[in-house]
Amino acid sequence: MGQVVLKGINKFFDSVHAVKDVNLQIRDKEFVVFVGPSGCGKTTTLRMIAGLEAISSGDISIDGNVVNELAPMDRDIAMVFQNYALYPHMSVYDNMAFGLKMRKFEKSEIDKRVLEAADILGIGELLKRRPRQLSGGQRQRVALGRAIVRHPRVFLFDEPLSNLDAKLRVQMRVELKKLHLRLGTTAIYVTHDQVEAMTLGDRVVVMKDGVVQQVGEPLELYNQPANKFVAGFIGSPAMNFAAVTVTEANGSLIAENSGLRIKLPDETAQRLRGHIGREVMLGVRPEDLTVAGSVDLGHPCFDAVIEVVEQLGSEILLDMKVGESIMVASIEPTARVRVGDKLRVAMRPSRLHVFDAQTEGAI
Amino acid sequence: MAISAVSATTLREVPPPRRQRLLEDERWLAFVLLVPTIALLGMFIAYPFIRGILLSVTNSRVGMPGDFVGLANFYKIFNDGIFRTSVYNTFLYTGVTTVFKLALGLWLAMLLNRNFRGKAFTRAFILLPFIIPTVLSTFAWKWMFDPTFSVLNWLLYHFGLITGRINWLGDPDLAMISIIIVNIWRGVPFFAISLLAGLQTISPELNEAAAIDGAKPWQRFWHITWPLLLPVTMVVVLFSVIQTFADFQIVYVMTGGGPANATHLFATYAYQIGIGTGLLSEGAAISLAMFPVLFLVVIIQLLYIRRVEVR
Repeated sequence: MGQVVLKGINKFFDSVHAVKDVNLQIRDKEFVVFVGPSGCGKTTTLRMIAGLEAISSGDISIDGNVVNELAPMDRDIAMVFQNYALYPHMSVYDNMAFGLKMRKFEKSEIDKRVLEAADILGIGELLKRRPRQLSGGQRQRVALGRAIVRHPRVFLFDEPLSNLDAKLRVQMRVELKKLHLRLGTTAIYVTHDQVEAMTLGDRVVVMKDGVVQQVGEPLELYNQPANKFVAGFIGSPAMNFAAVTVTEANGSLIAENSGLRIKLPDETAQRLRGHIGREVMLGVRPEDLTVAGSVDLGHPCFDAVIEVVEQLGSEILLDMKVGESIMVASIEPTARVRVGDKLRVAMRPSRLHVFDAQTEGAI
Repeated sequence: MAISAVSATTLREVPPPRRQRLLEDERWLAFVLLVPTIALLGMFIAYPFIRGILLSVTNSRVGMPGDFVGLANFYKIFNDGIFRTSVYNTFLYTGVTTVFKLALGLWLAMLLNRNFRGKAFTRAFILLPFIIPTVLSTFAWKWMFDPTFSVLNWLLYHFGLITGRINWLGDPDLAMISIIIVNIWRGVPFFAISLLAGLQTISPELNEAAAIDGAKPWQRFWHITWPLLLPVTMVVVLFSVIQTFADFQIVYVMTGGGPANATHLFATYAYQIGIGTGLLSEGAAISLAMFPVLFLVVIIQLLYIRRVEVR
């Protein structure tokens, strides 16, 4: 079992309110990812769960027991640190066995578990080496091994992949996912990389300035972001935003600014009835923009001038000037476009997002 | 165009001066650069050392060059009761003070390694005994151990722990304890600050990882902090042992080797015989007797440090 509940968690560092009233229920066997920009309180939250940081107020419970006052060792958790934190003076074997030795396991049981973990992670050959003799990826595996030999109720990961190069990071990401499927242990994972969050998490917690912005499954965050921050943080390249004024003409709603004038589709218009005459934020993802053609007849369209063409092979990213602002579109790799071209760009009507200009919450 | 072509040819035709060519040769350059160091080391270390050895096998005194006498001086001092006492004293003094300095210094370093208000100030403050000239601070200590004016006696008396005066520097055992206390007081800051520097190179994540792994505080110290600090500890102990073994100032000021030659160390006894009595050759023999011991200590510790660093 490994159910973790955070109830009204707050953390103050002197006068800085680093984590603000976090409430979260993490189910057994779930893989939950905390994501957000640096300084958003995600690592502090993880460290509070680990017991490395005292809680200013609120309750953390694991499997129904409040663990606020329990030392890290008594919480039955294992943690993988950003810099691996391998004991430099011990062999790989001893690094992995340390936690079991401290807990006075039988020698034969320690041996069995370490070898088993080494086998899962493919580091059987390295057991006699010292950490400094290992590559970054190997160290990462040893750090994982040290966590899994303990068979804890919860794994805590603090940006474990951020010190690896891009290629290895993708590879380890896949292995982490497989490992979680195989072991089925509850995992709480902190990262600033939204791709890691989307690919690894059963559920993702987006944080900013110590406040949880949204909790949801990856696609939920992508399709129905709760506010402008989540919309801009999840997805790459980031969502385009345009400040527009809502007006009514001939019974339908129009959104316009200096370079843009589009008729809002009915479904969006429905939601904006109350905002006529006011400014709102219009959001549309690069992948929901297309070069206007016969297919998207009737879709909201606008004119744009291409400023930069980024050919990625699988897609083309266009940086376009729309009125005073820049928008990014991701289009078919076969399209023939050049810098300076004038384009008519269509939006997929069902994929339009609108946010309140003041509160930034989704409308 | 034309001008540059001409200057290029002239450059090629005129060879650089001989001196400059010699310096282009790396072997010559290395030699030239090493000369100042060799001169300094030779003048201030090698020459006095060899002079000391030569002196120790003669019977020269102040104002008398003397003749070669072989190992007579060494034979003499090994049969000298006071010399034996000072050998015993030196080992005792070095051993006891090093253990205390290490223990107290490590304890202080661990305290200073925590986060607290006024951390920087306290760290600087700790260094005071190390900064004050030893002779001055030792005079202050001498005053504190004075049989009549001793502030220690005054305190003990007022707390009702003693009824009469304790003659700290007049009793052979108490005198030894007194100089040991002063040496510890003076040496702890060096240990504390050096070990603190060592502690700061140990990532706090390692202790956190160990805490999660189930290690209790003293286990974390024993399995993580101590082994990782060991190379620094060894260097600090090495320096301290050498310094303490050849210590002079504290004993000279506090007791002058007394009472009744009970607190002499190698250095103070060598001084007393060589300079005080004027038996230069015998004094040289006494200070040379320190050398094999120190040499051995250095060799053992350097080998150990290398082993620790390799693994």
